Amino acid sequence: MVFTSYEFLGFLAVLLLLYYLAPKKLRPPLLLVGSLVFYFFAGAKFLIYISVTAVTVWAAGLVIGKNLEAQSEYIKAHKAELSQEEKKAFRDREKRKRKLWLALCLLLNLGILAAVKYTNFAIANINGLFGTKLGFITVAVPLGISYYTFMAIGYLVDVFRGTVKAEKSLWRFALFVSFFPHVIQGPISRYGDMSDSLFAGNGFDRDRFFRGLERVLWGFFKKLVIADRIFIAVGRIIGDSGKFQGPYILIGMLLYTVELYADFTGGIDITIGVAQMFGVEVKENFMRPYFSTSLKEYWRRWHITMCSWFRDYLFYPVSTSRSMGRFTKFTKKHFGQKAGKRIPVYVSSFIVWFSTGLWHGASWNFIVWGLLNWAILMVSEELEPLYGGFHKRLPGTNGSGYRVFMILRTFLLITVMNLFDCYATLGETIGSLASIFRASAWTGFSAAALGLSVSDWAVIAVGCAVMLAVSLLSVKKGVRERLAEKPYALRFAVFALLFAATVVVGVYGVGYDSSQFIYTRF
Amino acid sequence: MKKPLKKIIVFILSAAVLIGAFDLIQRLLTPKYVDGIVEGAFVKEYYAEEMDHDVLFVGDCEVYENFSPVTLWEKYGINSYIRGSAEQYIFQSYYLLEDAFLYEKPKVVVFNIQSLQFDYSRSEAYNRMSIEGMRWSKYKVGSIYASMTEEESFIEYVFPILRYHSRWSELTKDDFKYLFSQPTVTHNGYYMRVDAKPAGSFPAVKPLGDYSFSERAWSYLYRIVEACRRNGSELILIKAPSLYPHWYDEWDDEVKEYAASEGLRYINFLEHTDEIGLDYSTDTYDGGLHLNLYGAEKCADWLGNILSTEYGLADRRSDSHLAAVWAEKIEAYNAEIAAQKVKYGIE
Repeated sequence: MVFTSYEFLGFLAVLLLLYYLAPKKLRPPLLLVGSLVFYFFAGAKFLIYISVTAVTVWAAGLVIGKNLEAQSEYIKAHKAELSQEEKKAFRDREKRKRKLWLALCLLLNLGILAAVKYTNFAIANINGLFGTKLGFITVAVPLGISYYTFMAIGYLVDVFRGTVKAEKSLWRFALFVSFFPHVIQGPISRYGDMSDSLFAGNGFDRDRFFRGLERVLWGFFKKLVIADRIFIAVGRIIGDSGKFQGPYILIGMLLYTVELYADFTGGIDITIGVAQMFGVEVKENFMRPYFSTSLKEYWRRWHITMCSWFRDYLFYPVSTSRSMGRFTKFTKKHFGQKAGKRIPVYVSSFIVWFSTGLWHGASWNFIVWGLLNWAILMVSEELEPLYGGFHKRLPGTNGSGYRVFMILRTFLLITVMNLFDCYATLGETIGSLASIFRASAWTGFSAAALGLSVSDWAVIAVGCAVMLAVSLLSVKKGVRERLAEKPYALRFAVFALLFAATVVVGVYGVGYDSSQFIYTRF
Repeated sequence: MKKPLKKIIVFILSAAVLIGAFDLIQRLLTPKYVDGIVEGAFVKEYYAEEMDHDVLFVGDCEVYENFSPVTLWEKYGINSYIRGSAEQYIFQSYYLLEDAFLYEKPKVVVFNIQSLQFDYSRSEAYNRMSIEGMRWSKYKVGSIYASMTEEESFIEYVFPILRYHSRWSELTKDDFKYLFSQPTVTHNGYYMRVDAKPAGSFPAVKPLGDYSFSERAWSYLYRIVEACRRNGSELILIKAPSLYPHWYDEWDDEVKEYAASEGLRYINFLEHTDEIGLDYSTDTYDGGLHLNLYGAEKCADWLGNILSTEYGLADRRSDSHLAAVWAEKIEAYNAEIAAQKVKYGIE
């Protein structure tokens, strides 16, 4: 059930009605039932995967949580009898037990993720490397497995770290893992951020409900009016890399960057808006990413929950691990204090970006994309002092003109790197990119070949202008907050206009090949 | 004014404005079928009729282009109507017939069996033309569910804007001109063409692997038979005299056998072209696929004789009210003949 399907809208309307008609106590369980029904429509057998993750992580969390409680109770009870060393030894012993549970559970759940998502990729690489002819396995990737697995793992690590209390109720935990608005494409929510509003059984709040509805509508506008219209052209370009080269790639890259933004942020708007209609608060995933002045800043503003997940649950554990400590000592000894400190950070970052690439998809394209990000970030880091000096000497680098230049530069960089998202193989990607610089590829260009009419281009231009205006207006204060202060008639007119624009100009229904949300495939 | 009351009024007003605007946009974007492809307008026109027909024709283009109700009235005083639309499938014909029975009980129903060859709908566009014009009833819902192709959704029939929204970039003056009402394009369901194109050669007849009609198609014919019996209407099965697509002898035998088993009359007009006086060099406008005005009048005349002599349909030309209604229709009919003659440069 895709967000943009009539079935989803019907399902949402019924669930909302039942939710607010149900007694407070029954609302969260009803939300779980609704989420399972939603998931069931994606494929009944997928329920097994998500159930295994929910049950195993919940059980491991419970064991770890109880062990933590027992540990502190024991230490409290025997405070006077135990020496500091005995306390430390006891804590270490208990921590080892908890670590074992954590490791086993991570192994199982990451194993499932790896098995369904990466087995064929591994087989293809083994066959390529060793000339073997291993057969591929036929396995469907469960809906949202990358998202719910990461959310569940994040929770378990938080319980292990003692930053959240273990959830005692299985159904409540299952609701957190399977909550239908964010199971398709995230955000990768944290248990600690969501649990209060998710389990509260919120009553109907008109303002909150309509705020959610506005957000949903805005998401639909971005997805149906802009992203899916751009997809008509991008789909053609990507679909025939032999035919579409040179200028088409250039236009395609640019269009894809806009499409990706409208598609992903639109999807997240729908997610957050739907959750808000149920009174559930979901964290923001974007902060005007295309206004970033550097790649580093971009990754603080784009897919925020994924980046912070990798930071908190991979980068920190890796960079603070004992082996990394030993490696730091080694590098300090051989490369000096300054470089010796930085090399382990770069190695940890390498692991993070390799994983980020792999998380996005089982393909070398994504791995190269991830490592390209890593390389640029590391080079930028190394060149930071040089830039600093340059900025000091060159006049005007503090002005808005230079800021716009940096924004455009970063946008261009992202645009080029996004090409790795598009094609199935590295060869196609590099070949297409190279064609931009081949003169012969620039002959016989025809805009009509992209499949968009003049009115489509006009809609894209107006849609982009609206998105840009909304982003600019949101810098100081959110557009919805601004709108909320305006007279009712104006708010109503904006709402009605957005609704009409989406219904009339949106790309959906018979005659259009509706595209899935891009991030559902990650 | 008290606050809650004010809120309720504001809410109702907002909802009314939103619904009104939605309806207006929907009307604007929905095809008007007044020029070019007009077949989508046929089904809806029926409801403007006085429901007092003696004969109801049901079927696809082989009825709405091959029989002239005006001739039936002028020559036999038979008040008839054609409920047909482009490639109207047998299940759609069934639901249209049931829909018509909600309003009237015609003495005779004439059903063209050409559509027995299709078990499922082949085109969303044809579904739209057959279903959209129907008034809402359980029969419209039934027709939608029986017809929908994989790409279609029921909700798009409820709110046609969801289907036609993409027309926003191709709106014409007609879409604004006919926003609230459209002109009548048929003559009691008959689609007129006065031009002529002699029948030529057709693609070679391909033998079929299996000549039997599908169970699904048969089941709808059974339902048509049952509906006619239930409503006291005599059912006549016909095969109109279109030369192409080819009507196989094996198909004809199947229908004959069925008609005999059910005690129904079956007339294959292709076997009576000489009696009717059809001349395929002058009586067809598209090379033999459909008849033009002259062919349609000949067929109506021939059938009218059967209807009045063998089915005892009374001559109602002395009914002054009906005669007045038909006088207007005949005037419009003749006006269109004249207009089309000018259009096609016919003397």
